[in-house]
This record gives sequence, C-alpha cells and structure tokens, in this order.
Amino acid sequence: MHVLNDEVHGRAFVPGRGPAIDLQHITKRYGGVTALSDVDFSVDAGEIVALVGDNGAGKSTLVKAISGTHRIDEGTILMDGEPVTISSPFDASALGIETVYQDLALCDNLDVIANLYLGREQKRKGSPFLDREEMESRAAGIIADLAAHIPILDKQVSALSGGQRQAIAVSRAALWGSRVVLLDEPTAALGAAQTAMVYSLVRKLKERGLAVVIISHNMADVFAVADRIEVLRLGRNAGTFLPGHDSSDDVVAAITGSRENAGKDK
Amino acid sequence: MTSLLERIPMLRHASSYTVVAGLAIVWIVFEVLNDNYLSPRNLSNLLLQIAVLGTLAIGMVFVLVLGEIDLSVGAIAGVSAAVLAIFITQLLVPAWLAILVAIAAGAAIGLLQGLIITGAGIPSFILTLAGLLVWQGVQLALIGDNGQIPLRDPFIRSIASSYAVPAVGWVLAVVATIGFAGSRLLRRRRRLAHGLTTQSARSEVVTVAVVAVAVLAVTWILNSYFGIPWVFVLVLLLLLAGSVVMSSTTFGRHIIAIGGNKEAARRAGINVKGTTISVFVIISAIAALAGIIEASRQFSASNSLGGGTLQLNAIAAAVIGGTSLFGGRGKLYHALLGALVVGSVQNGLDLLGQPAAIKNIATGIILVIAVSIDAIGRRRRLARGASD
Repeated sequence: MHVLNDEVHGRAFVPGRGPAIDLQHITKRYGGVTALSDVDFSVDAGEIVALVGDNGAGKSTLVKAISGTHRIDEGTILMDGEPVTISSPFDASALGIETVYQDLALCDNLDVIANLYLGREQKRKGSPFLDREEMESRAAGIIADLAAHIPILDKQVSALSGGQRQAIAVSRAALWGSRVVLLDEPTAALGAAQTAMVYSLVRKLKERGLAVVIISHNMADVFAVADRIEVLRLGRNAGTFLPGHDSSDDVVAAITGSRENAGKDK
Repeated sequence: MTSLLERIPMLRHASSYTVVAGLAIVWIVFEVLNDNYLSPRNLSNLLLQIAVLGTLAIGMVFVLVLGEIDLSVGAIAGVSAAVLAIFITQLLVPAWLAILVAIAAGAAIGLLQGLIITGAGIPSFILTLAGLLVWQGVQLALIGDNGQIPLRDPFIRSIASSYAVPAVGWVLAVVATIGFAGSRLLRRRRRLAHGLTTQSARSEVVTVAVVAVAVLAVTWILNSYFGIPWVFVLVLLLLLAGSVVMSSTTFGRHIIAIGGNKEAARRAGINVKGTTISVFVIISAIAALAGIIEASRQFSASNSLGGGTLQLNAIAAAVIGGTSLFGGRGKLYHALLGALVVGSVQNGLDLLGQPAAIKNIATGIILVIAVSIDAIGRRRRLARGASD
C-alpha cells in the first residue's frame, strides 16, 4: 500500500514521541457557560478512540477545538509531543488534522474526483489549469486502497448512495489528513451494510497509522471499531473504557451519570 | 441514432438534448409558417440579433452557477455604452481606448457590487435590484437631455455590422475544427499517458467529424449571404474563453463548488468571498461588452439602451439553455443555446408581423417550461438523497 499522506505533506510519521495528539487540561467557555472543564484527551497514531457522551456533554466543543473551529480558553495541545496552536481550520489542515463532518460537506454537483480535491486542486506545472489526469489517477489510487466499491470516479456525487457519499468524505480525510482524522457521527444515517463498510474504512485509516477519533451516539459503533472509549459528561472526563473489558452498560452508566466514577481511571 | 447523438458532448446531458430538440421544433414551425425563416439572410440576421442577448447570458451563467443572480446587467450595459460615447464624442479619445475605459467602468461597478454583497452579506438579488435603479439613473445622467449620444466612429459602428469575407470565414472554420480536434487529441494523449480510460478512437473520430460538419455547414450557410458576422466570432471567442475558465481552472472549479454547497466550499478552504467578488466583476465587464455591441448596433448610446426586457431575457436565455436557478449547475454554452431559442422565437414572430405583446408572452411561456424542467430535475436529485 502506498502512503499518499507522506507524499502530500512531505513528512513521515515519527513513532515513539508521545500520542499523535494530546489535549491537556482543556477548558472552553461560551460566555458564562463552561462547555469543557479541565478535560484531557489523547489519541495515539494507529489508534481508534471513540468519544461519547450525552447531548451537551462537550463532544462537539472538543472536536471543534481540535478541528480549529473554536479556540480553547485554557489548556495545552501537543502533537507528537510538541505544543501546537490550532486557531483556525487552516491551522488544523496544515497540522495534518482532517474532519469528516456529519453533513459530509460534499458538493453534490461535482464528481468524486473534484470532491476529493475540493479546495486543493492540482494544477499543471506553471499554469493556472487543472491537472485532471493527475488528480484522476491519484484519486483512483486512494479509492482503490480505501473504498473499492465506489464505481465511477467521474460520476456526480448526487448520484451516489449515502454510504458511498460517506466513503468519499472519509477518503478525502484520509487523502489529506496525515495524522489525525475526526469523524462526526459517521454512521448516523446509514443502513447495516453501509455501516459495516464505514467500519472497514475506519480500520484502514488505523492501518495507515492515523489517529482516528469517532464521535458517536451508537454503542454498537463504538464497540465494533474503537480501541478505547472516552466518555464526557457535563464538560468533564467521565471515564475511560476498553471494548472487550467493559460492557456497554458501563459506558451508558458513565454517560448518564447513573454510576459516578465508573470505569477505570486514566 | 441514439449512440451517435450521445457522442456529441453537448447532447450527453438530457437538458441540452431537450433544448436542441425544442430549437429544432421552433425552426421547423416558423419555416412552415414563413419559408424565408431558414434563409441564409434571416439566419445571419438572427445571429446579429442575439449577439447582445447571448453576451449578457454568458455572464449570467457565471453568476447563476455561483448560486447568485445579477439584475443590473442591462443598466451596467447602458452606463458602459454611455461612457464609451462620452469618451469618443466629448473627450475625443481613440475608439480602442474608449472601449477599454467602458469595460473598465463596467468591471468597477461589478467590483463595487461584489464588495457590498460579500461585505454586508446582502442577497445579490436585492443588491443588484438596487444597482439596477442606481445605474439606470447614472445612465440617464450621463446621456443627458437629448436622450442619446450618436456614435460616428467607423470602427465602433462596424463591430456589430461587419462580416468576415467568405475566404476568411472558411479559414476561421478550418482553424476552429483543427483546434477542436487538437484539443481532443491532446486530452486523449494525456489520459493514455496516465493510464486512464479513453473513448474508443472510432468514437473520437465520429465526434470530431460531427463537429467539423456542423462548423462547415454553418460557415457555408453564412457565406452564402454576407459571410460570418464578426460579432458572432466575438461571442464565440467569449464563450470559448469562459468555458476554459469554468471547466479547466481552479477559479472555475471553485465557482461550481460554491454554487453546489457554499458551506462545504468554505470549509474546504475555498475563498468564497474573493471568488464571489471576481464573478461579479466578470459579469459586469461582460455586460459592458454587451453595451458596446448594442451601441454599435444602434449607432448611438441612448437612455433606453439595456432597458426593457433585455435584462430579463438574459436570465431567461441562461435558464432556458439549461443553467439551474438553484446554483451549481450550468455550462457556458447554455447561454448561446438559450439565446438562440429566445432569439429564434422573437425573430420568427417578427417575420410573421406579430406585435411585441405576443413575443413577450411566448418568451415567458418558454421560460416557465425551462424552469419547470430545472425544478423537476432538482426534485429528482433530492429524492435520491442528494443534499443540495
């Protein structure tokens, strides 16, 4: 398998320097409301971490802090052990962090290739013109690696199924995200077969050495793919769980707060 | 038969196929009603008549694909024509310089409108509606009390009323055909070099042959009257340049992306504001060009130039040609197709001695049909689960 990410960003993954991304003592306030309070969250390269919690628990706020949509008020973000500042989506992209939004952020009127390269179109050397052939052949490579079931690359995205659209959004994140990929409710609108397809896609991201964060409400999702489960409740860490070690009841108890201090301490 | 038609790129899309079929019906009906309709002389006149409309519609496709609209293009054409006339007759500058100034004036108006639309977040519909009033006022003020400024400059007068002599026409036709074949060949070579799929050589040859026959047939018909009108060559060059920008540059790709999903484009790092401002500059510069062509046709810049139904017909032509009012879908050639439909109906009704009332009603009905096709197509896409 060729690793497109390194070709794109010109740097290789360096193991053994701490988590790919490590958020420490994060606090975020909206006016008088504290959305996150002293939250710790880290993901290793090649690890899939599920971020779960009830509505208003702070999942979205934490994801927005990583994807650069919102700035944090207090705390530190380290990538491979180095402190970084993420103050815009542009910063996040430059650091190799990509987000797959729940609405997928695809342009339905463009074809699969154009969506994979949206905002990052390749040009012919020394000209303002698009290098269609280069984009098409590289898109064919990444699709063959990740999502072989996407039939025709020059098909408009509006003609594809929900699962195929999700696959394109994830493939785009894999194409550009060299270190961290955030997936917001990736299976919310999908049927069983399509969900399984997204799971296999997520595992391929892991095989590529990416740190993957999945935000989900769906316990089946979480236990099927995650290596580790982090629960947020009322803007605070509410426990760490391991599939195969803890049960989904334990996780649900932590989410709802029916059993305080459930799960093992970090 | 179907497979042959599908090989012509323009016909691969159902909407364009419908428009071409509609145009064929219009031509047949009017030819039956008046056998001068499809004469070389009338077809040549038709091309002169749609030059201004087609030019404005080309600009309109840019704006509609972006998901915006511009209601002020007619007034901008009027202001630019007035600027042209003032610079030539009162400031006595050479024609070429006056043309550049007039186009720059149009572009400046577009820049101003684009800055306000993106800066204040006003819907383009409202801002350009206000622009229509403002620029019509400016046009009246510039033209003055006489109601028109006559243009005597021979070059300006020749823009919309000169023809390429037959020999030049044939050269243009051959160059266009070779250029088309060359671009297909280049594209094929590049795809082969990247190991990508290509159409069979036979179907490429058929495509080129069909285009060659069409180009040579049009040239032959026009050459049997006065030749190819230069203004038609100008419109085709504008169409070619616009199509290259739209389909082969990042700028064009970004226009389509913004029209399809503005939020997705913004999140992907596309400069939505800059692209929007640039598009309003482009359409206003194109509107200025249309104003110059119309001034050349009228031999004057008048206070009615660009007024009346021209503005609305330009939007109608773009939509009738197949461009979506909902943004994100449309090709530059839709402008020419739509202008041909609108122009053909109006020309045909003129030949039959019908009044303006009937022409307006007919154009309106065709527009309703075109918008219905667009809306039904959109509903089908939404029903399939697409989220535009």
